[in-house]
Amino acid sequence: MRLPASLTALFSGAPRVVELPSGSVSELIDALDARWPGMRDRLCDSSPAVRRHVNVFVNGARARLDGPVPPAADVYILTAISGG
Amino acid sequence: MPGKVKLLVGSKKGVFILESDERRRSWRLTGPFCETWPIHHVVGDRRDGAIYGAGGNEWFGPAVWKSTDGGVSWTHSSHGLAYATGETPVKAAWSVALAHGRLYAGVEPAGLFVSHDGGASFEPVQGLRDHPTRPDWQPGGAGLILHSIVLDPDDPQRIWVAISAAGVFYSGDGGATWAPRNKGTRADFLPEGQRYPEFGQCVHCLVKAPGRGDRLYQQNHCGMYRSDDGGETWVSVEEGLPSTFGFPAAAHPRDPEALFLFPLNGAEQGRFAPQGRPAVWKTTDGGAHWRGRSAGLPQGDAFFGVLRQAMATDTLEPAGVYFGAGNGSVYASADEGESWMRIAENLPAISSIETLVVDA
Repeated sequence: MRLPASLTALFSGAPRVVELPSGSVSELIDALDARWPGMRDRLCDSSPAVRRHVNVFVNGARARLDGPVPPAADVYILTAISGG
Repeated sequence: MPGKVKLLVGSKKGVFILESDERRRSWRLTGPFCETWPIHHVVGDRRDGAIYGAGGNEWFGPAVWKSTDGGVSWTHSSHGLAYATGETPVKAAWSVALAHGRLYAGVEPAGLFVSHDGGASFEPVQGLRDHPTRPDWQPGGAGLILHSIVLDPDDPQRIWVAISAAGVFYSGDGGATWAPRNKGTRADFLPEGQRYPEFGQCVHCLVKAPGRGDRLYQQNHCGMYRSDDGGETWVSVEEGLPSTFGFPAAAHPRDPEALFLFPLNGAEQGRFAPQGRPAVWKTTDGGAHWRGRSAGLPQGDAFFGVLRQAMATDTLEPAGVYFGAGNGSVYASADEGESWMRIAENLPAISSIETLVVDA
């Protein structure tokens, strides 16, 4: 899984690329949160859903929290265009 | 003991800190901090120097940031700073307040959270969340935000909050139960005959006068008010001001009769200083009389505004007064508002200013 620099800057020691076991997008984000407590809150709101200006792509396709992540999948977490 | 003054500046692009000795003539700027997140409000803890910032980022959501080393390094948390599954999620933290070992955070959509562990985790103040008027709260221009948290330094049970545009609410039991405190404040934006509702007023800023009394002041969208009974009733003190509209109000650190305001020309007239001539207006008799002071401020062609949390006083003698503007300038007075100097410029739009006086 590839993480955006603006996210890893918020968590000391978090790398830009991390290998995680397969599962759902939500389970992968839980795995991130287990390593870097609080990371789930940065990526997901309490709906629960991936935050509006955060995009998760699994093998090139945009995915929701319940989307599957097969073994060896390429997962990107990207920040959407936002700001001012 | 000579003190060191820190101005804690929240901005659209991070936190900045301005620091001076007790003369308050020369200032040193550091920042931006908090990864340039929009930070709506920053406060400091006089006991240990810790700094807390309330903010929210379009990508990564709400958080309360914390520094225990004067801003060199920061942590952030929103653990527990969330509504129940299925409700509209918390978008941003808008205000923070410290007293009696508790850290309170006000959020958008309007709600109040409390931390008992120095900002590591939060829990909702459920009594306000469940208030029967809540379904009818309407957002102001900045959203439905809880922007003012007033804690009684002598009584941890007494809490006032201000919500735009739901009005002032008070709890005398530590947050378990709440009641509106808006009697006497106008809502000119409602139909004739309905302009003094129980709640729904657009309060812009709520502050408590120093001392053990029950005096509060509020700058409202529709007027300026004082209460001498903890918000049970309000009286208009806007006569003598150049406008009934403005955002910030800053209480004097020792004199309950003194207050500082930055009136703007009007809600629908651009929201800058009247005639483009900024002035800080001051009362020393509880709002009976007002005087504008502009020495050291731009004398014309200045069309900036000052937001609701962007004016503050320090605790030195004489008291310092500060405000930050939408154009990124910070102005300071070391003589209780009589004269001013610009101490920073070209910062991002400034959301808030608070002071922290520490031993040098």
